[in-house]
Amino acid sequence: MFDYYNLEPVLMWIHSTMCGLMPEWLAFTIEGIAVGIFIMVMYAVLAIILIYMERKVCAAFQCRIGPDRVGGRGGLLQVPADVIKILTKEIISLKNSDKFLYALAPFLVIMASILTFSCLPWNKGGEILHMNIGIFFVLAASSIGVLGILLAGWSSNSKYTLIGAVRSGAMIISYELSIGLSVLTMVILCGTMDIQEIVAYQENGWNIFKGHLPALMAFVIYLIAGNAEANRAPFDLAEAEQELTAGYHTEYSGMHFGFFYLAEYLNLFITAGIAVTLFLGGWMPLHIAGLEGFNTIMDYIPGVIWFVGKTFFVVFLLMWIRWTFPRLRIDQVLILEWKYLMPLSLLVLVIMTVMKVFGLVF
Amino acid sequence: MSTFKDYINGYAFGIKSLLIGMRTSMKVFMQKKITERYPENRHTTLYIPERHRAMLVMPKDENGNNKCIACGLCQMACPNGTIRITSETRETEDGKKKKFLVKYEYDLGACMFCQLCVNACPHDAIRFSNHFENAVFERDKLILTLNE
Repeated sequence: MFDYYNLEPVLMWIHSTMCGLMPEWLAFTIEGIAVGIFIMVMYAVLAIILIYMERKVCAAFQCRIGPDRVGGRGGLLQVPADVIKILTKEIISLKNSDKFLYALAPFLVIMASILTFSCLPWNKGGEILHMNIGIFFVLAASSIGVLGILLAGWSSNSKYTLIGAVRSGAMIISYELSIGLSVLTMVILCGTMDIQEIVAYQENGWNIFKGHLPALMAFVIYLIAGNAEANRAPFDLAEAEQELTAGYHTEYSGMHFGFFYLAEYLNLFITAGIAVTLFLGGWMPLHIAGLEGFNTIMDYIPGVIWFVGKTFFVVFLLMWIRWTFPRLRIDQVLILEWKYLMPLSLLVLVIMTVMKVFGLVF
Repeated sequence: MSTFKDYINGYAFGIKSLLIGMRTSMKVFMQKKITERYPENRHTTLYIPERHRAMLVMPKDENGNNKCIACGLCQMACPNGTIRITSETRETEDGKKKKFLVKYEYDLGACMFCQLCVNACPHDAIRFSNHFENAVFERDKLILTLNE
């Protein structure tokens, strides 16, 4: 049905051609390096796009225009200019910090984010890390990030960073529950943890339509908890500017700070991407039952465009939340999770299971 | 049981107020943006609100007369000593002695735009205009004589 955009034959052809020219281990090495470079480039490009989008969307929510001067009317070169600025800055090292952990922490954060980034289903056959427990792996890998944040806070040897890191740890570990439960809800609906199969399950209707009410509730819970996971307002306690200067990355400078910043924006994209995979059909086009002509036209749009488009839509939803609500206090954050979100997600899980058992889903 | 009811009510109220907040911010998102692209649009779409206080002026009618009676209330009202009035007493035709304004000096550089002078004026002889491009290279040029 979507075979004209299936990437798998192309990739297999490339692999077999390379195996014909060189030993298999060399082919694998070169392919691995190529994929790694691809991930890095995509990572950087998406971060620039997301930072630009954030600045523009935030400006619009505050009745402003946003970046407007550097690079013509749209301010398109503003973010690249900022990136170059941050690249030229000195990375300072502190006297009483734990040097090794201090240097390690940003890499842990960015590694967690790249690992989850690699699991996103870009297109049919276009998934970089493919395994039968994909969504479980995403949950596990994204938790490495909190380790990086805790280490960053602890190794900087400063009270601000430590308080920020501990808050962030408490918050992320709490919200992981809601994320896990809402992901589990969709795993129950699809009957698989394989990301490509979850997407394939949504071929004749996205999960949010198939699972109707409980899926919609799980989607909202996922967005709220995902926002907390990405450490963004209204859950940006880890870097509460008024109290903690910048939270866990107060003592970082230059590109080490840049890594935290980059990871924050990419985590936003990843959260949105996983939400799209689970609820909005990944790279599946929008189909409306009964409109054959419309469905055929939708099929001609490549999957990658569907995926990126839907992801940016969810990113916009997350930004809408971020620029609307004021920040919560730490006790309010934990009350929201343990008293409201967690019971609701358990309830949704039970409802979804019952509906699946009795065949009440589409 | 009532605590459970409170919990559900609180839940519903919370969701409702969050949705109201999101609706409000979406309204702002759709609004026309208020940012001015200043140097480019100074001759085209620049909009400075009428009530913006940028500089004290003394409006004149078509014959070049102002309404100032040289009472000095504005000078007394000014907390910064920005206004200096020079007046002289002349005799009018019907033999009354009356103060006349000779020079109304206003130091724009010392003004803090509190509008106390305008409020003090009994005859509405002075007001603030929104003409804001007042940058000059010398301090002396900021001392303006308003009644000329």
